[in-house]
Amino acid sequence: MIDPLSVFLLLVAAATPILFAALGELVVERAGVLNLGVEGMMIAGALSGFAAAHATGNPFVGFLAAAVGGAAISLLFALLTQVLLANQVASGLALTLFGLGLAALFGKPLEGIKAPSMTAGPLGISWIVWLGLAMVPLIWWFLNRSRAGLILRGVGENHDAAHALGYPVHLVRGAAIAFGGAMAGVGGAFISIATVLQWTEGMTAGAGWIALAIVVFSNWTAVGVLAGAWLFGGVTVLQLRLQAAGIKVPVQLLSMAPYLATIIVLVLISARQKFSRRAGGAAPGSLGQNFHALR
Amino acid sequence: MADAVFRAEGIGKSYPGVRANDDVSFHVAPGEIHALLGENGAGKSTLVKMIYGLVQPDDGQMFLNGESHRPGDPRAARAAGVAMVFQHFSLFDAMTVAENIALGMENPPPRRALSARITKVSHDFGLPLDPARRVVTLSAGERQRVEIIRCLLQDPRLLIMDEPTSVLTPQEAELLFETLRKLADRGTAILYISHKLEEIRSHCDSATILRHGCVVDSCDPRAHSARELAAMMVGGEMRRIDRSGRRTGPVLLEVSGLSLPAPNAEGTALKSVNLTLRAGEILGIGGVAGNGQDELLAALSGEMRSQPGAITLEGRDLSAASPQARRVAGLLAAPEDRLGHAAVPDFSLTENTLLTAGRRKSLVRRGLIDRGAARAYAEEIIRVFDVRTPGPGTAARALSGGNLQKFVIGREVLQSPRVLVVNQPTWGVDAGAATAVRQSLLDLARQGAGIIVISQDLDELLELSDRFCALNEGRLSDPRPTENLGIDEIGLLLGGAHGMEVAQI
Repeated sequence: MIDPLSVFLLLVAAATPILFAALGELVVERAGVLNLGVEGMMIAGALSGFAAAHATGNPFVGFLAAAVGGAAISLLFALLTQVLLANQVASGLALTLFGLGLAALFGKPLEGIKAPSMTAGPLGISWIVWLGLAMVPLIWWFLNRSRAGLILRGVGENHDAAHALGYPVHLVRGAAIAFGGAMAGVGGAFISIATVLQWTEGMTAGAGWIALAIVVFSNWTAVGVLAGAWLFGGVTVLQLRLQAAGIKVPVQLLSMAPYLATIIVLVLISARQKFSRRAGGAAPGSLGQNFHALR
Repeated sequence: MADAVFRAEGIGKSYPGVRANDDVSFHVAPGEIHALLGENGAGKSTLVKMIYGLVQPDDGQMFLNGESHRPGDPRAARAAGVAMVFQHFSLFDAMTVAENIALGMENPPPRRALSARITKVSHDFGLPLDPARRVVTLSAGERQRVEIIRCLLQDPRLLIMDEPTSVLTPQEAELLFETLRKLADRGTAILYISHKLEEIRSHCDSATILRHGCVVDSCDPRAHSARELAAMMVGGEMRRIDRSGRRTGPVLLEVSGLSLPAPNAEGTALKSVNLTLRAGEILGIGGVAGNGQDELLAALSGEMRSQPGAITLEGRDLSAASPQARRVAGLLAAPEDRLGHAAVPDFSLTENTLLTAGRRKSLVRRGLIDRGAARAYAEEIIRVFDVRTPGPGTAARALSGGNLQKFVIGREVLQSPRVLVVNQPTWGVDAGAATAVRQSLLDLARQGAGIIVISQDLDELLELSDRFCALNEGRLSDPRPTENLGIDEIGLLLGGAHGMEVAQI
């Protein structure tokens, strides 16, 4: 029958793209920036990672290239919102549309090519999955224990106060955006290099949006992000099994299930949480607001 | 002179179109509490921002302990021994006290050591603080403690305080001055910015007075009366407020058993508020911010509806009436937040008159705006209230705080209301404009209107009101006649506003 460990490992692997993207976005939002371009950064990473992996034959070089690609496209967002002070929501949406279109254009020659095979890590799952899991405590430690994380949270909580204390608000936010882009890029590349094993247009299929939702409902905590990503991964594995078993449910409904289940469960959880800041709700105080230094 | 902790020589700073500081020279000796006095826009804030490295001077020199002081950013200033407590708290609400303090230090010790030091230093200075509390749960006085402890932990040689008492009760302000005196006795120089003349007179050793960016005088504030200091600040005699010729008439507004739940998580519930207001009377309502002031104004203006019978104006029950219906009946209100609540920032002054005066001044006919009438009314307000603006077509956001406040108050006063409710009518407004606003309220009362002034400025309340009550956590105290009411007694009335937690003193 079904071995629980192997099902769990499948779940963890299925959750990995979203885990990376959501952890990156978590850091970005804790710095006070709302980047709705996660989907665009993921697809940019998926393409650049796949292209580099194919060119070198080494999937790990691919993941490195994906991080660079995701960060590069996110710097466009940083330029718009931190230097030119454009609206974050509009810029983020534009980044998603731009990333999807750009990847479709440059990805044409790569269609139908198979990705190079990867050596598996411990327990037969990819090193990248392990890296994603390791990022959870790392990011928790960075945000809650390190000096740099404290400054980053300060910038996100009250950018005027951070500026008055002499912290470079735009620089901190720019760095956070680039990190978020790199993480989203790796998440996207995990889909193309390690899961689907080829490049297809629009292959991230809304994972970036789920990542965004998970960040909000996790109440901006790393552990909450992990739980949300695993929930999504779990339902994904389940619906694939049901599809394979040939159950008489339209395949569209099954494919929809992970998204639907994630949103429903997260809404149910968050409905019971107190979102008020007095009660400990953690929405960063300056989230989504641009900082203008007038002085 | 030679052993001054801080010395400024000929400091100048220009912004486009404005000379914010011009040839400013002064010095602060060790152990001295030095006041920087001036009206809004006199250049005090620009000056201290240069000392703290937030802006760079165009010309002149500064010296700290005899060495040239020219910080490029606040961190350099902190490293040189300058600390600053800001007028608007520069705190991070969702973070703990310890995290806030760590952010204000260059090289904070590890978490546990820092917490221990916070506890120790705060007790040494009689300002107990729990390092693990989140700032959002602290009162205004406790928040200021966080800022002060943040400064103290760095052993500053020069401590800058920008209007620190504007949010404190008199008792909390006393405690603050005790702390400052202890610090000064240890040799710290303190630069103290305020426009509260009495507190400068009783606590500061010397004063430098700024007007239009220049030093106009320096003096020993203890040797001068508040009126003399005010005259130095504005460069001429202050107009005295005329309280004469008022007669109280019949009851206009009656509020009985007004209870409302808090409108949001940060709001305050109103608990069984009772008050009566007579014609020609000014009722002052004091209290520390966040004790139900905004909610009370919203309940009176009609933004929040209340249970039947709670609010009656001249015998008419207005509890369920909309703001517009209340205006028609003669109950008008001017909220605290002038930009965004009382006025639409991007609307012209003409358009802003329509927001409240549309019906009473017949600026709207058959559903259409009477542009001419609206402009004429805006011009009338500008003329009568001496609003300094190019014209009625100017956007509200382009006006300075004082001028917009005069416009907002003028818009209500010139509608000849039966009852006018104002919240913080002179907050952030310079002395000249504040006097004009207060005088207009007194004149309106003389004409037989009833006025409720909600304010955190006790001097203002004592100056204006006939009766005084305090708002504590949504409860309104019984009114007391203001005559012979001492500031200490008021302090005690307000003291309950914090619920007097054990940590208070």
